[in-house]
Amino acid sequence: MAASRAEGIQRTAGAADARDTEAAPGAQPGPGLRDAGQPLLSVRHLVQEFAVRERGRAGGGVVQAVSGVSFDIRPGETLGIVGETGSGKSTLARSVLQAPRPKSGEVVFRGADLVRLRGRKLLAARRHLQMVFQDPFGSLDPKWRVRDIVAEPLAAYGARDRAARRRRADEVLDLVGLDPGGYGRRRPRELSGGQAQRVAIARAVALSPSLLICDEAVSSLDVLIQAQVLNLFERLRGELGLSYLFIAHDLALVKQVSDRVAVMYLGRLCEAGPADAVYRRPRHPYTQALLASIPSVSPAGREGREGRGARTIRGDLPSPVHPPSGCRFRTRCPRAQERCAAETPPMRPLDGDHAVACHFPLEHPAATANTRPGGS
Amino acid sequence: MSEPLLEVADLRVSFARRGHALRAVGGMSYAISAGQTLAIVGESGSGKTVSCRALMGLLPPSATVTGSARFLGSELIGLGENEMRRHRGTGIAMVFQDPARSLNPTMRIGAQIAEAIRAHRAASRREAREQAVELLRLVHMPLPGRRFSEYPHQLSGGMRQRVMIAIALACRPRLLVADEATTALDVTTQAQIMELLLELQAELGMALMLISHDLGLAAAYADEVIVMYAGRIVEQAPASGLFSRVRMPYTQALFEAIPRLERPAHSPLPVIAGRPPDPAALPAGCAFAPRCRSARDDCRAAAPPLDEHEPGHRWACWHPVPAEGAA
Repeated sequence: MAASRAEGIQRTAGAADARDTEAAPGAQPGPGLRDAGQPLLSVRHLVQEFAVRERGRAGGGVVQAVSGVSFDIRPGETLGIVGETGSGKSTLARSVLQAPRPKSGEVVFRGADLVRLRGRKLLAARRHLQMVFQDPFGSLDPKWRVRDIVAEPLAAYGARDRAARRRRADEVLDLVGLDPGGYGRRRPRELSGGQAQRVAIARAVALSPSLLICDEAVSSLDVLIQAQVLNLFERLRGELGLSYLFIAHDLALVKQVSDRVAVMYLGRLCEAGPADAVYRRPRHPYTQALLASIPSVSPAGREGREGRGARTIRGDLPSPVHPPSGCRFRTRCPRAQERCAAETPPMRPLDGDHAVACHFPLEHPAATANTRPGGS
Repeated sequence: MSEPLLEVADLRVSFARRGHALRAVGGMSYAISAGQTLAIVGESGSGKTVSCRALMGLLPPSATVTGSARFLGSELIGLGENEMRRHRGTGIAMVFQDPARSLNPTMRIGAQIAEAIRAHRAASRREAREQAVELLRLVHMPLPGRRFSEYPHQLSGGMRQRVMIAIALACRPRLLVADEATTALDVTTQAQIMELLLELQAELGMALMLISHDLGLAAAYADEVIVMYAGRIVEQAPASGLFSRVRMPYTQALFEAIPRLERPAHSPLPVIAGRPPDPAALPAGCAFAPRCRSARDDCRAAAPPLDEHEPGHRWACWHPVPAEGAA
């Protein structure tokens, strides 16, 4: 019901071509897929919505949290997703996990569409898909001991041999840099934030998953501990051949671990591509604004305060219950024109892997040679 | 430099816990002048927040505060609650990290600002109301007249922080302390709030003290940066160019651990092992020595003093990082 309503909105908001292009990522391989083999995870036109009751507004509304998002993750690859609070990035992660199930779309993981799987089959498929959350203490049972916390998923997936479960728990504790002898018998309150997050990571890798979803997994840690945990993620990537869906609001942090980066705004992706290309030559005005908002610690020192003000964006995120028509960023975009309100810009490929959803993408002198002018 | 607005000398704070005294701040001295932006940076538990709350008299009774903090010539340490109240608001105001918890959820925001105005000076309800709308305009709240009668839950995080700043500014303080005021905000909102603070500072001639765990934010927005470790200042330097002039290995480690856009993806971050020391079991010498790559025997024997080795640049280290270009 809600899904069909959202499609209705899209149809009325955008012209016929906008609707076609919205569907395009589902019909064709997404950006960056054509040269690779089978992707590990292939998300197509994912939609997630929640009904809310708003005080003062008759009938409430529907939060359009994720509105038609498509992307791929190849084996061994890390895809970073950046976005602000309310961009829908956490909802996207949970929709991939089917917790709760998305309204519509496909989530093809290791060849099976999780959206269509039920019961035991879903459980079996999800074994290879684990998640690490932001608050390590919130995700660890305070009454349990570390070794039992880490061994729990093994029991949940039917490992009956208690001794073998413990051996595996000790093995992964060692892998994440915690001495099982010293930490195995502790309870979460006897751990620091960094140690607790290592326990959460140990639990996530205990079942040897192929994809780890990290939702702001290092955001609550102090910078020195954060660096240790980021290095741990990188080491596990190499040693276990893991792929990551790495979600964070910090662009520099995402760049540190990602092969490709997707930028999310109010439920839609606005730009995606190789991390270097997206950061060095952002094509979407929103990506550029995000980059301009990062305080500079470059060796050049402090940036001029005057120049900075002009480049960051003004105002607040619009309500996801009543997102702007057409391009959802248009209400805060310095380049917005009439067309941006009338048509939803499709995600279209630029050079190579790089794709942008903007009618008037930014031009860069180095990039203009091999792309069409944006205004078309 | 002009007469300092606030001069802190040998500030020490300890907490009584199970019969032991836990040292939270172990001798801090610094000054801040009108119009200046000073950042105090450190990890969780480094004593940055405790040291500021000590100035404001906001610590629980289990805390023992010694030393001196002279604000506009008058001593703050040891003041009673009533005397302290006169300085709070009009002299020193504070903005905290979590605006949702600092605001009263059952009161309209305009009434909360007006209350702050009337708490510190005589003003009629009508005057206070007019000034509150004016303050909302000052902090660039969109539609200030309408927002005046809204409740905190109707505002975004960034707007709530603007309300907190409006309340802090209600009595035109000489010093505004922002304790992790932008930490809970998104990067774009953080930039908006930082710009607002700097703009208001220039307009009102306030001194601004930024308490933050984020060395990057401090280096980008402050005039001067103080780095704290285990309750002590370990380095103090002008923010401009700090990155290339760091002398204390701890500050260097902090800088290196920040993910930066210039770094290639998947490159391992330079990290230091371990954690800050337990305040109940501080090492004998330099508190950072157990984690320091250049620590030697003398570091473990005696704590290095915080000396001004170069004009305006203080550090506490026996074996500092060599100055760039000097080697």
